Amino acid sequence: MMAVAKVLGIETEYGVAGGPDGDPITASTLIVNAYAQHERRRVAWDFIDETPGRDARATASESFPPAIEIHLANTVLTNGARLYVDHAHPEYSSPEVRTPLEAVLFDQAGEVVMRQAMETCNATFDPAHAIRLYKNNSDGKGNAYGTHENYLVDRAVPFDDLVRGLLPHFVSRMVYCGAGKVGSETDESRGYGVTFQLSSRAEFFEEVVGLETTLKRPIINTRDEPHSDAEKYRRLHVINGDATLSPVATWLKVGTTSLLLSYIERHGVAALPPVPARPVRAFRTFARDESLRVTVPTSAGEWSALDYQESIYELLEGYVEREGADDVAPLDEVRALLGEWRRSLDALAVSPDTLADTVDWIAKRRMIRAYQDRYQCDPLDARLRAIDLQYADLRPERSLAGRARLRQLFSPTEIVTAATAPPRSTRAYFRGMCVERFSESLVSANWDSLVFDVGDGPLQRVAMMEPLRGTAALTESLFRSVSTASELVVALNG
Amino acid sequence: MQRSDSERTDAHTAETSADATAANDLASELDSLLDEIDSVLEENAEEFVRNYVQKGGQ
Repeated sequence: MMAVAKVLGIETEYGVAGGPDGDPITASTLIVNAYAQHERRRVAWDFIDETPGRDARATASESFPPAIEIHLANTVLTNGARLYVDHAHPEYSSPEVRTPLEAVLFDQAGEVVMRQAMETCNATFDPAHAIRLYKNNSDGKGNAYGTHENYLVDRAVPFDDLVRGLLPHFVSRMVYCGAGKVGSETDESRGYGVTFQLSSRAEFFEEVVGLETTLKRPIINTRDEPHSDAEKYRRLHVINGDATLSPVATWLKVGTTSLLLSYIERHGVAALPPVPARPVRAFRTFARDESLRVTVPTSAGEWSALDYQESIYELLEGYVEREGADDVAPLDEVRALLGEWRRSLDALAVSPDTLADTVDWIAKRRMIRAYQDRYQCDPLDARLRAIDLQYADLRPERSLAGRARLRQLFSPTEIVTAATAPPRSTRAYFRGMCVERFSESLVSANWDSLVFDVGDGPLQRVAMMEPLRGTAALTESLFRSVSTASELVVALNG
Repeated sequence: MQRSDSERTDAHTAETSADATAANDLASELDSLLDEIDSVLEENAEEFVRNYVQKGGQ
């Protein structure tokens, strides 16, 4: 029996600078509107399904549920993604996909969308007011914004098991999927005299488990908004990861996490490594540890980040060999993922610098160290901070990730295509095709439904509570057989 | 298979020079990367970094 398919997606709040009045909300709104204009389709987001205050824990403690900002620009793209203004950032929420590799493709498609929006926008202004976008997670001054992963999980798995099973992974996976950062932004890490960190996000985390995303950020977020059949599914909302520019790092980030979720669904958490005695401290400690040797205390001895990753790798490698994990991806992809993970752990143990083409923090550190050597500058020199910032710069003429010789998993053509064509593997296909074909009749859309105005009679809501219904395999011929939204709705009701 | 001393020395020399070539390649690649960084890095790094201020998000 296949466990619940690990349908997944990545949402990224981009850093934004410049704009006509210097206000980030204005600039973010212009970015979203420019892209909608560029696509010449505008479909509103439908908020009926949004309940970010719903807590996965049966008894929620006092907390501040995130507010929904209905008045801000918000649109649905032909690739099934959502592009909108969240807080004071433009955010791209990728369409939901079936495998980790597809998640990489549609995350990179988001970079194309943002770059296109930036270019469309800037073509209309004085260059002095040009908007700049950054795929990073903080401004170097203590202000952080998120890159979130979402995974479909079987509702039957107790939430406490997810917490227990995921904590060792979440505090240690940064060794291969940390974005890296020059300096520190909290009093605590300044106290340690930190000049470089593996993770850009870790030092902003203050709690182990909780509902918040903007204050007292928790390593495990309890938001319980499945955007699907709530009896069957949970959407695990992961807020502790970094925005990654390296495709391999993104693949490992979501692939290892998907595999671990698959394992926990079938086998529980008994064989997983021990949770750190103080998870928040462990997360921050590992972020500051360039040596990869520092250990943290647990109920079963001292563990380093690499000890954790070795232990989780071994468990999952055995699991895949015995059972396959087809809920994560076809066996070929899962094996390739394990191979990349193995290669990364081996290299991290003896020669981390050899991973400068796949691990962002290593690629970034290589540039920073070489620059520091050439110019003999202080480890916190503004030029090194500029390298850090420009690593994430979306302007092709300024991007340093674009010059880091990062190993690619998809061709530029595949990535550009994914910016407009939906994934074929989930209901995002149906959503994207409806935006592409029938945007004039589509009143609004969200993750689990579409609302059509077909002229006469009431608005028609099409529910999509099953993430694996509405795939290309199931609906491609339907789209070929209809030419209007009205025909589509009739066919669906027939 | 047994190899003569001279063969071993030759093999050793070949490895050493391969290592040296690889190290040179790496150094020159890093040099060209640094040149590229110099050509695209914002001229006033201090101001560029100082002016990058974000509102907190999620």
